[in-house]
Amino acid sequence: MTVTTRGRSAGLRRVPQYLALLAYVVFLAFPLLWLLSTALKTPREMALADPTWIPREPTLANFADAFGEQDLVGAATRSLVVALASSVITVVISLPAAYAMARYRGLVNRIAIGWVLVSQVFPFILIIIPLFMILRDMELVNTLPGLVVVHVTFTLPFALWMLQGYVRAVPAELEEAAAMDGAGRIRTIVGVVAPLLAPGVVATLLFAFISSWNEFLFALVILQDPDVMTLPLTLVRFTGPEGVARLGPLAAASLMATIPSLIFFAIIQRRLKSGLMAGAVKG
Amino acid sequence: MRMKSALAAAAIVALAAGCGSGGGGDKGGSKAEPGEPVKLNFLSLAWQKESVAANKQIVDEWNKANPTIQVTYVQGSWDNVNDQLVTQFAGGTAPDVIHNDSPALSGFASDGYLLDLSDKLPAELKSDIPQKSWDTVTFDDGKGKQGVYGVPFLQESQVIIANKKLLDGAGVRIPTPDNPWTWDEFSAAAKKMTKGGTFGVAWPMKSPVNKTLNLALNFGGTFFQTTDGKTTVKVGPEEKQVLQRIHDQLYKDKSADPAALGQGTADPLPAFYSGKFALLPAGVYLRQQVAEQAPKGFEWVTLPPLKGTTADQGAVSQTLSVAQDSKHPDEALKFISYFLNPTNQAKLAKGDWLLPTSVKAASDPSMTTKENGWDVATASAKNLVVAPFLKVNGFDEWKSKVATPALQEYFANKISIDDVAKKLVDDGNKVLERYQR
Repeated sequence: MTVTTRGRSAGLRRVPQYLALLAYVVFLAFPLLWLLSTALKTPREMALADPTWIPREPTLANFADAFGEQDLVGAATRSLVVALASSVITVVISLPAAYAMARYRGLVNRIAIGWVLVSQVFPFILIIIPLFMILRDMELVNTLPGLVVVHVTFTLPFALWMLQGYVRAVPAELEEAAAMDGAGRIRTIVGVVAPLLAPGVVATLLFAFISSWNEFLFALVILQDPDVMTLPLTLVRFTGPEGVARLGPLAAASLMATIPSLIFFAIIQRRLKSGLMAGAVKG
Repeated sequence: MRMKSALAAAAIVALAAGCGSGGGGDKGGSKAEPGEPVKLNFLSLAWQKESVAANKQIVDEWNKANPTIQVTYVQGSWDNVNDQLVTQFAGGTAPDVIHNDSPALSGFASDGYLLDLSDKLPAELKSDIPQKSWDTVTFDDGKGKQGVYGVPFLQESQVIIANKKLLDGAGVRIPTPDNPWTWDEFSAAAKKMTKGGTFGVAWPMKSPVNKTLNLALNFGGTFFQTTDGKTTVKVGPEEKQVLQRIHDQLYKDKSADPAALGQGTADPLPAFYSGKFALLPAGVYLRQQVAEQAPKGFEWVTLPPLKGTTADQGAVSQTLSVAQDSKHPDEALKFISYFLNPTNQAKLAKGDWLLPTSVKAASDPSMTTKENGWDVATASAKNLVVAPFLKVNGFDEWKSKVATPALQEYFANKISIDDVAKKLVDDGNKVLERYQR
């Protein structure tokens, strides 16, 4: 068999893989493409018995309505600020805690892990009124820092859990090797462990960002002034009772709402590398 | 690089703090300083484009005319307003003026969160709205005293939206508000229109409870009875009438489109425009979507509500209430009186495609025009009476846990009329009992 033939058969073997990948990409992109299609349709075209993919009479009226009726730019800016602040603070707090939980085994550690898990089983709705009263007494109701505090509090346990797994995956031998070379604890953490944790930090950052960006219930009860409302609270204004919605403006506004998170993903996803530790402790 | 990251993080936190200076806490409810205007927060649930515009316009006009009482328009959402209010009431930070619907007021009233307006209503406002509408906002205060906990301003009736071409083609009598179809005529018309793949009617029954309970009054069906202060569920011959008639259209006459059965109220509209069925019983507000979406050349008409032994239909109201904790209840009521004057009620009703409770607003030319069936819709308001379920403690749980699944099973032909009656009564009474201990 010649090299060319072998290459061709290898290429043919890859066809099903690419087809499967393409199907997966289409599956993932479908909601976004449908959103785009809906945002560009007239109400009449939206109500056709046989829905169209490509609008017959594309219109920007839905965008004009969405932006004309609601302060989408202001709401998106506030959501971005809250999501960035929440995700950064979450990672800053959970990173050292995760390191301690992963590296120092003992009774306190086990209790802490148990507490983190138990904290996840409480339905939010149960604690929302006491939480609201605490925030009110701290004069944090109707403020974005109040929302950031809540988002950090509720994202922290899972972030801690996530990061702890990443810290555990870093071989302790690497730290021992650094120590043998004369590096102190801090130097080892900063110079050896931290770079290897970058993908974990990025994944946690993304998780915290998306959780905060999409969060609705806490924002609904904490923010009351139109000038401080975040994007989910603004989007819901296009819906009526019993699931009836103004689909056109809602699709247009939702499409615009996905853009900041897509950009954030695009910037940060390059840091999501795997295999950094492959072969790190092989002799 | 690390320093830059740390600075960026610090900047984000500082920015959040800066952006968050929203006033903290009970901005709308605070006492005004001498010389400062009184500030009221108004939570509105308007969501249709025209309705939001009308709300904003009325608030702007008020603010211009009343520099000492300034209203902030806050737009909420029907889907989660009660979660929002429960928390804000408990925390003492609820808006001064609250838009909601009458079923939600009962619980808030008995918990003491809403102001009793009985002695505070201006005579002009009180006399312009019929007593049967005031009945929809009159509730027990939790201590045995009846109070008025909101001003009712928009109501909904069930009409029939019809494909004019199919209606005319069937050669049936066209009903008028003075001479509506009886249920028998309606069934006969639907049968006549069922041919060649076209059905006479569609019954979207994803949420069947309110619709069937409101229509059951056509035959005197109330579904609830109160004896010696104890409320129980009853499903007798009167209550079974509408249930059986809809079921017959689906499975005996086969004049109802089975595809619509599991759909929400607006979901069958594309099939309606394509002529798959001729008649769609629906709330008057659905005319807005038909007017906006119907293909060019598609002609539709609004037919009046059906008549059984009576044409009565159960109704609830959209309402404006004043929070008990409001620091400015008198100013809030002044604003409500202005907001709901006849001229403004006509604007609001038109914006939401609903019926005004104001007698004067109902005679506004915009409410009686033939265009988009307003004349028929507005005339249907005379048949509205208080929905019998409105004052039943535990109705929401009965509705979600018992009635919705039972009626869905019945309309899917999985259980008989006697089975559904037994479920509604036996399981329902267990639910209601818990609320009456």
